[in-house]
Amino acid sequence: MITAQQSSGQCDTSRPETPLLRMSRIRKSFGSQCVLDNVDFDLNAGEVHVLVGENGAGKSTLIKILGGVHSPDDGLIRIHGRRLRFRSPRDAAARGVAIIHQELSLVPSMSVADNMFLGRERSWRGWMRYARQHEQTARALDRLGLDLDVRRTVGSLPISIQQIIEIAKALAYEAQVIVMDEPTSALNEPEVERLFVTIRELKARGCGIIYITHKLEEVYRIADRITVLRDGCRMATAPAADMPPASLIRHMVGRDLAEASTTAGQGDLADRPVRLAVDNVTVRAVGRQRRPPVDGITFDVRAGEILGLAGLQGSGNSDLLLALFGAYGRRVSGTMRIDGKRFRPTSPRRAIRHGVALVTNDRQRTGLVLGMSVAANATLASLPRVSPGGWLRASREMQLAAETTGALRLRAASLRQRAVTLSGGNQQKVVLAKWISTKPRVLLLDEPTRGVDVAAKGEIYELMNEWRRAGHAIVLITSEMPELLMMSDRVVVMHRGRATATFSRGEATQERILHAAMGGE
Amino acid sequence: MTPESTSSAASAGSPTRTSLVRRMRDHPAATAILALALVFAIGAAYPGPAPTEYGPDGEEITGTAAFYKWSTHRDALRQASVFGILACGMTVVIITAGIDLSVGSVLALVAVTFSIFSIHWGWSPWVAVPACLLIGAACGAVSGGLTAWFRIQPFIVTLAMMVFARGLAKSVSGGMKVSTVVQTPDGTYDYVDVPAVFNAIDSRLLGGNVSVVSLIFLACVLVSWVGLSRLRWGRYIYAIGGNEEAARLSGVPVAVMKVAAYALAGFFSAVAGICQAAQELQGDPEAGVAYELSAIAIVVIGGTNLMGGRGGIGLTLLGTLIIGYLEKILSINAVPEASRLMLTGAIIIAAVLVQGRRR
Repeated sequence: MITAQQSSGQCDTSRPETPLLRMSRIRKSFGSQCVLDNVDFDLNAGEVHVLVGENGAGKSTLIKILGGVHSPDDGLIRIHGRRLRFRSPRDAAARGVAIIHQELSLVPSMSVADNMFLGRERSWRGWMRYARQHEQTARALDRLGLDLDVRRTVGSLPISIQQIIEIAKALAYEAQVIVMDEPTSALNEPEVERLFVTIRELKARGCGIIYITHKLEEVYRIADRITVLRDGCRMATAPAADMPPASLIRHMVGRDLAEASTTAGQGDLADRPVRLAVDNVTVRAVGRQRRPPVDGITFDVRAGEILGLAGLQGSGNSDLLLALFGAYGRRVSGTMRIDGKRFRPTSPRRAIRHGVALVTNDRQRTGLVLGMSVAANATLASLPRVSPGGWLRASREMQLAAETTGALRLRAASLRQRAVTLSGGNQQKVVLAKWISTKPRVLLLDEPTRGVDVAAKGEIYELMNEWRRAGHAIVLITSEMPELLMMSDRVVVMHRGRATATFSRGEATQERILHAAMGGE
Repeated sequence: MTPESTSSAASAGSPTRTSLVRRMRDHPAATAILALALVFAIGAAYPGPAPTEYGPDGEEITGTAAFYKWSTHRDALRQASVFGILACGMTVVIITAGIDLSVGSVLALVAVTFSIFSIHWGWSPWVAVPACLLIGAACGAVSGGLTAWFRIQPFIVTLAMMVFARGLAKSVSGGMKVSTVVQTPDGTYDYVDVPAVFNAIDSRLLGGNVSVVSLIFLACVLVSWVGLSRLRWGRYIYAIGGNEEAARLSGVPVAVMKVAAYALAGFFSAVAGICQAAQELQGDPEAGVAYELSAIAIVVIGGTNLMGGRGGIGLTLLGTLIIGYLEKILSINAVPEASRLMLTGAIIIAAVLVQGRRR
């Protein structure tokens, strides 16, 4: 084990001797599996300590121990030098530990102020004191640079704002250790900027921040120190300046960065036949929507081409994929052709029959039936193939699931294991296996690498290249710019439902795409 | 299976004994089986009064206690059957994350129509039975269609169907029990024979040891089991209950499957209605009140999750036996109904608590 640890005192001599948080020799096993093995971790006040590692490296277990969800088998937690033992999440919160999860813990149907004071309402003999709550909430948000009507329901606000509310709530509990678990996974660029401003704010107030992310770029933008976990062991801890990306990746995966071979020079795409033609596709506005979510989009995707579909949140790019997949039913107008044949996607079922597959951007909510087995999920979209005459053949089902998940090198103890028990990367592989078995020609991929580890990312890129070689048409949405630039042969940028620009591989740069995505000319 | 899966399964399976114990403990039916065993233990501990019999010489002999007589078990099974049949359909609907409150009313509607068809109109059972099953399935299909296509909550739709079907039952029967006492045109009452089909359903087979109604219940269990575990349809039902949106985006025909689920529940309600009419020798428009609640209780005690996506018909079979035997044991020990109801309520909570703890 390589340990590049530096004591916190050396790191910054202006800091006090005792760190804000010190977790030492943390050990945790589930059953016979050791998840954390003698892990040390500390955090200074006013510091952003980034925690990286592949899925399954032990990051979330470490955080859950800190948050009082799990209790460690061995090891100590000290805050301000005081030994503590957390018996519950509530206990941890009372000691100043706040965890901001990927899935926010706000109640969408309640107001901002009610959420802020949930569980510790300001009242006088049972009577609510709304005015006081509103005033205090407004003040708390103001300190984070947010000015909004605290009576609005949380569900009506964008995720980025909800996140800031969550942070404000944590601060209201006087949290000093703030854990952010992939906070940017659902944010677009400007929203990320805003979060980073908030983080700087928190640092200035003397909070310590543990930041978990899969995005390299982010690591180096905000990290003061970096700790890398792999297979339950701490591989390295060092100031960000002392750990260049290459060594970070090496610590993380024990090998060099998994990057897909770019296939820019794969011959002229213009000679290839058009596989998917989209002409003037519009999704009608309903209810409170003031404009169509997708408004007159036209593009072609050739066989073996990856078309990147860029756009910030609310640009309608995800809606466009849903529309092409038939999920918007009869709200969709315009024409679509697959291999020149006209096709009207009125339902996902029809779209699948025409060779279209959609990997949605949220595998837990819309991709998988988490309570069902891996095999059942992997065969769900192609069930007729393994159930002739409506009778389910267990052996055929297992065979198909084994074929597709095997091709993706799925790591699961058993195909009968429930999907909920898998890690993020492996869950995504189950989603991909589901679509491999429908033998699609047109692949709509919405954030296919969201929340998966580096190794799995590389495998997903490889799969996309395989599809490209097989002559499939791919439409790709990803919020990670480097990934978009690396994979796309062409990029169409959307803003407020309309296409605002198209770039070829040579023309596309991060700046140009962002400019177009923000509605610039 | 993938190479990884076989190798890790082999390494994990080396301490066979512990893993077998663990597998038994983690099996979804473990709680229900344990509960059923407990009920039998109670039955053995309180087997009911033993009748005093007289031997050939007139001496007094203590007879066999009720619980140790097969006839007691036969009757327990018979009495539980109608509820069990309803619970089969309820299970399927609950797995889709729905609920069907109309099963009791549909039972009454079918009991009434079956009696009218068979007694008053003298239809052959070969016509009357399919017609009644169709009525039940149609009621279910309407409920299913309203939830699937108009997106009304199943609770509301089936509540409406519960009220509507009850009204329809009273309307077609004129609010009276449809029995073998038939009013003639001149205003006098005439007794007609009980149709043969009534007697056939209410009879016993295998030397009088098994009630036909119990066999019908077992057939319903078998049909539901095949549907849920062996047909593509069943897989779709679980997928819809587990995550409806993911199922839809995987090409599952959600609406059609849901309609089929509610139609099946209606179909089983009709089966139960026919059984009920045959046992009572009449079609009572007031029959089956609150039976939907008993059916839900059976499903829940078995261990099927009301949130949908998890559970099964085997659990419901266990749930039926638990409730059926409990009722029987309480009744042979002459426990008053008031206490029985309170006990049943407590048991439902206990069952859910135990299952919740295991998760």
